[in-house]
Amino acid sequence: MSDALDTIKLSNEQIAWRAAQDIENGAYVNLGIGFPEMVARFQPEGREAIFHTENGVLGFGKAPPEGEEDWDLINAGKKAITIKPGSSFFHQADSFAIVRGGHLDVAILGAYQVAQNGDLANWSTGKGGVPAVGGAMDLVHGAKRIAVLTDHVTKKGEPKLLERCTMPLTGVGCVTRVYTSLAVVDIEDGHFVLREKLPALSFDELQKVTGAELKIGDGATDLIAPAP
Amino acid sequence: MDKTIRSLSDAVAKIGDGARIMIGGFGGSGAPIELIHALIDKGPRNLTVINNNAGNGHVGLAAMIEQGMIAKIICSFPRSANPEVFTELYLAGKIELELVPQGTLAERIRAGGAGIPAFYTPTSYGTALAEGKPVAEFEGRQYVQERWLKADFALIKAELGDPMGNLTYRMAARNFTPLMAMAAEHTIVQVSRVVPVGGIDPEQVVTPGIFVNCVVEAPDPKQEENLNREGAIYP
Repeated sequence: MSDALDTIKLSNEQIAWRAAQDIENGAYVNLGIGFPEMVARFQPEGREAIFHTENGVLGFGKAPPEGEEDWDLINAGKKAITIKPGSSFFHQADSFAIVRGGHLDVAILGAYQVAQNGDLANWSTGKGGVPAVGGAMDLVHGAKRIAVLTDHVTKKGEPKLLERCTMPLTGVGCVTRVYTSLAVVDIEDGHFVLREKLPALSFDELQKVTGAELKIGDGATDLIAPAP
Repeated sequence: MDKTIRSLSDAVAKIGDGARIMIGGFGGSGAPIELIHALIDKGPRNLTVINNNAGNGHVGLAAMIEQGMIAKIICSFPRSANPEVFTELYLAGKIELELVPQGTLAERIRAGGAGIPAFYTPTSYGTALAEGKPVAEFEGRQYVQERWLKADFALIKAELGDPMGNLTYRMAARNFTPLMAMAAEHTIVQVSRVVPVGGIDPEQVVTPGIFVNCVVEAPDPKQEENLNREGAIYP
């Protein structure tokens, strides 16, 4: 089944594209380090989101050309960025006041596991080594929407959408929407509610690779993302 | 009033064994490399260091760890592009780690500087990092009690400083620095340029001089990222 899924599933770019369609013009947005950063590339024409990064910048733009980096101007992933007109700098306590204080419209994060009650595990596999949390546990609180981008299953084909997370939690009951490689799923009242799925996949096939009950949402539709 | 000090070594002279030190910076951005290297030259041991990270490569904070100066580190993200100095000691049980979510770390430092012994935050509720901490409900949500962080010394970097200790910062290098300046008994600042009293418009001052004990000029400060790209090792 996993191999069959690989042939139809969305690429990371397509998942990021789909998530970008839901970001309103003028939204304040935090994109998690790594995969979620890709969402910035797919802002629909005519819309402009304002991006926040935890280390203290609001309104940053693209990466500078190589050789033109200024290492006092980086994002939370410690990559060089540029600023756009209207940007601002602030210290860490203000930056996390923006996060926890409910000022962001959406935070988009990666995930190891998501549970049907909205629990998220994305900071530690719990397998030892050096633990590192950064801003992950802060980011899951405060934004009006907490969205997750993820493959629908692990590399071994195991579900990542589960009844209960088995890995260490980042936050409890925090996720509101999951954009996967196969579907768009909302979390409502302790359940996964299907909003969109790939047309090449039947509901039963999708349910089989989902580790908790999927309810079909009103007006559930096809998930169609253009090839980038 | 003149808080300027002539040399980096004089600036760190009071820091002895067992001190608790806040070091500014988020990764290399804002890291006071020149002050850290002066402290390595002095060589106090058994230190507790509060920083967002745990060093990168073999310069700055990583070099302090490599020299065996640090017994305990309080940070949010002890990984980096080149983290082996911390990783080896940590996995060998030779350095203690207190892992704190980044926003909680910032707020604990702010609280330390603001005279607030504890506060409640939603961050980490229901996770392994909240174990053993008091929890309380406010308006139907659960919050975790966190305590202030204070230090004996802060080593920080700013852009402009005047003899009264007023400071400005450069872009995202600001990060933890203004908070640490408040939370330490003795705050030591390296600035790219010392300007005369009155040389910073009061409207532009980010850290008022009351939080600062000494200012030392370190023109053209090194960037950790550039040092690491050159493969630099300190000392």
